[in-house]
Amino acid sequence: MKIRLSYGKWGKVRFLGHLDMARLWERGLRKASAPVAMSAGFTPRPKMSFGLALPTGAESVIELFDVTLDETRIDAENGSIDLELLRSSLTDAMPLGVEVVDVDPIAPQKWSLQEDVTATTWVLAVDTSATGPSELDERVAGVVSSTEIWVDRERKGERRRDDVRPGILDLRIIERGIWPATSELSAWADSVSLLSTDIQFVEATLTTSGRGVRPTEMAEVLRPGVDPWITMPRVVRTHQWIGRDDAPRVSARAGKDITHDHSLEQRLERRSEHSVAGSSGGYD
Amino acid sequence: MTSLWTRVEPLLARVRKPARYIGCEDGAIEPRHGPGKVAWLLAYPDVYEVGLPNQGLQILYEILNERADAVAERTYAPWVDLEALMRERSIPLFSVDTHRAASDFDVIAFNLSAELVYTNVLNMIDLAGVPIHADRRRPDDPLVIVGGHAAFNPEPLADFIDVAVLGEGEEVVSEITEIVREWKASGRTEGSRDAVLRALSKVPGVYVPSMYEVEYERERTMSITPRYPDVPSLVVKRTVSDLAEWDYPRRPLAPLTEVVHDRLAVEVFRGCTRGCRFCQAGMITRPVRERPAEQVRTMITRGLERTGYNEVSLTSLSTADFSGVESVVSSIVPDPTACGAPTVSLPSLRVDAFTVGLAAQVASGRRSGLTFAPEAGTWRLRTVINKLITEADLYGAVESAYANGWSRMKLYFLTGLPTETDDDTRGIAELAAGCVAIGKKYTSRANVTVSLGGFVPKAHTPFQWFGQNGVDELRRKIGVVRSAASKGVHVKWHDPAASLAEGVASRGDRRVGRVIERVWREGGTFQEWSEFFRLDRWTNALAAEGLDVEWFTTRHRDENELLPWEHLSAGLHRDFLWQDWRAALDEHGLPDCRWTPCYDCGVCTGDGLEHVVASPIPPAGGSQGTGQDLSVGGRVPEAIPVRLGART
Repeated sequence: MKIRLSYGKWGKVRFLGHLDMARLWERGLRKASAPVAMSAGFTPRPKMSFGLALPTGAESVIELFDVTLDETRIDAENGSIDLELLRSSLTDAMPLGVEVVDVDPIAPQKWSLQEDVTATTWVLAVDTSATGPSELDERVAGVVSSTEIWVDRERKGERRRDDVRPGILDLRIIERGIWPATSELSAWADSVSLLSTDIQFVEATLTTSGRGVRPTEMAEVLRPGVDPWITMPRVVRTHQWIGRDDAPRVSARAGKDITHDHSLEQRLERRSEHSVAGSSGGYD
Repeated sequence: MTSLWTRVEPLLARVRKPARYIGCEDGAIEPRHGPGKVAWLLAYPDVYEVGLPNQGLQILYEILNERADAVAERTYAPWVDLEALMRERSIPLFSVDTHRAASDFDVIAFNLSAELVYTNVLNMIDLAGVPIHADRRRPDDPLVIVGGHAAFNPEPLADFIDVAVLGEGEEVVSEITEIVREWKASGRTEGSRDAVLRALSKVPGVYVPSMYEVEYERERTMSITPRYPDVPSLVVKRTVSDLAEWDYPRRPLAPLTEVVHDRLAVEVFRGCTRGCRFCQAGMITRPVRERPAEQVRTMITRGLERTGYNEVSLTSLSTADFSGVESVVSSIVPDPTACGAPTVSLPSLRVDAFTVGLAAQVASGRRSGLTFAPEAGTWRLRTVINKLITEADLYGAVESAYANGWSRMKLYFLTGLPTETDDDTRGIAELAAGCVAIGKKYTSRANVTVSLGGFVPKAHTPFQWFGQNGVDELRRKIGVVRSAASKGVHVKWHDPAASLAEGVASRGDRRVGRVIERVWREGGTFQEWSEFFRLDRWTNALAAEGLDVEWFTTRHRDENELLPWEHLSAGLHRDFLWQDWRAALDEHGLPDCRWTPCYDCGVCTGDGLEHVVASPIPPAGGSQGTGQDLSVGGRVPEAIPVRLGART
């Protein structure tokens, strides 16, 4: 039996890296006495598969990972497993700031989590105290109207120059009041607004397949030459888009569903056609 | 008294491993400060990953937080990247628990597990915004306390600390708390700092350097005298008599980020009477006090449940000597309700086949490597250092290790030991070659790594009178081992230059404080990290202070010399240490006193203590030095002439 956990990561724990989180989940599953299946071999490991890495320093409404449960252990106990109880005991077992929001059984997957997710949406809290808000408006408009944006970046230890524009699927400044739709994001926005009186929120949907774009790179596009964490003191992942026909259509929280956003869906489809045509496989 | 978090937080995404600074560990205690409470900041003067697992700090953290009149938080040395950002913005040192400024605490207590961290102690005091010199501190500045193994010679830090605690802290932290609480209640008025220090100096095990006058004549220490009649002329270490009463940590700290010993640790005993003469830990932690096996089991079960770890390390100075080791190990069975069976790791393995059998019993999964510490290359030199392992012991252990599926061995050796000749040094390579030859019978991949450390004599050991080898001599000896190393033997070594600096700090007197201050002012922090260590900072500082490096390091001391730590006692009779030093030079081994008659080292008799050992007979396989016919190691060769400057 395979289950998919979605969890939020907020506050101080955002400074934990992806590998630290993986080790913590291992410990957390043991503390919660979850009947996790173990791999065979010399050093048995719990069978877990993690989704896209969340950059250290970023927060998230929706992180995903899959765990395989051991049927024989479930049967040995009482034949079934209370997923709601597992959800709450896992939240208790993890440090403050990690909250498990859903535990759902999933069908055996053809694709891994990392391959399923083709785009993610972020809200960047941009500090405009150094530049004034109008510059950000202009910059966002400039990015949207441009056809290419070349940046120097590092991938797998190599310096390279890439056009990141095709990877920016959507970019807009969002107003408090209309956004955010959920209480947790609202609390986040309130705490972020304490950092500076000049925080503006920018929503960006960025591709993860092929030459994916990171939120720190988005911040560098908005203010070239400035440390992205000065431009963007906080950033939260609000959606992970699963956009393939044979995969679950959507895994979205925060009051927004991909099926209602046709323009984005079309853009995602175009993007996936493009990447399949443009390279062998298209997934990195 | 506000949290610095909002000022620290924006910096964290810009530094390496920011999880070092966020706290939030499993087992972290929410501190409750209050006006009647003494606030302790427990500080480890190295980076978080090294400091977090420290058991002493974890134990005191809990004991203090359990008291109604105390509260404790923790801090670790910020890495150089964050420190630079903090200094740029005038952000002081903060606790990781609530990011409270260090200067808001009443006590900053450093754990000193080694000497090269001294410059980090100064750096952290300075970063706290507290004057580094104790005599410049005002009544509202925190008290700076040090404890831990290196605190047994705190003289090099005498100018910078208010208090040093000798020995185990479980009981004495409460006695200190009570005195500081009174001081706090009295309003810490002008001039009261001296009074509280004087009160503290009367607590057993507490040493207040400023209460003693030290006189020097040229290079020599002439006298160490209490300034007041009620200040003790000899400070004796504290020892907890029964470990069973102290089942701490009850809430072990499990960090969110990976640390050096990333597993549950359960201490099975304290002290060691094997009597290895180079080993400061073995000398200063006597007598042996075992934890009841039943309590060990409980601590393992609870600790694994609390932390979610699936690995436990049974810690002590020689875990195979724990009389309950077999029963504890065999009782740790896979728990079907947890994912993955817990594994046991046994650090500080004794070198014999029994111990390897034990290791094989607990090892699960891939058997990557096994480490032994014969320490010296020949039986003769091992009788000098009293590490009474025969070649047969070592080869038996290695044979058993290969037979049990291990393919890589690591052997720890010291070089620069008293009376060491090139034959002894070459013996290291020969022993390693012997191990490879055994391994070849089992696997073509058999290889042995030899790890060489330069010996640094420590205070309160029989070798405290020995002049250590200089940098060139250690380099030469490393070369001797390297050129004698045969195929399958890899040689690694510790930087001899760092051993020299460690020597200066280990047996230094109060004047060395000025050297440490200079090294720190020149930017020499994190001296235990090879990327930051530079010997010239130390030699330049010594020269600038008019101090002779040879005086402190390579010079042999004589019996009559007043040593800088002579007013501090680990409970060992000076006569015992001196006789043991002479016995070493005569190549006489000394058996383990747990199972042989007392030879009156002074610790038990002086403190009304006894060894607490559950078993009246030596542990299985534990022949080494216990009822052992020492001649089995082979004929003791002719005495090697020892050049001992002070020997008359």
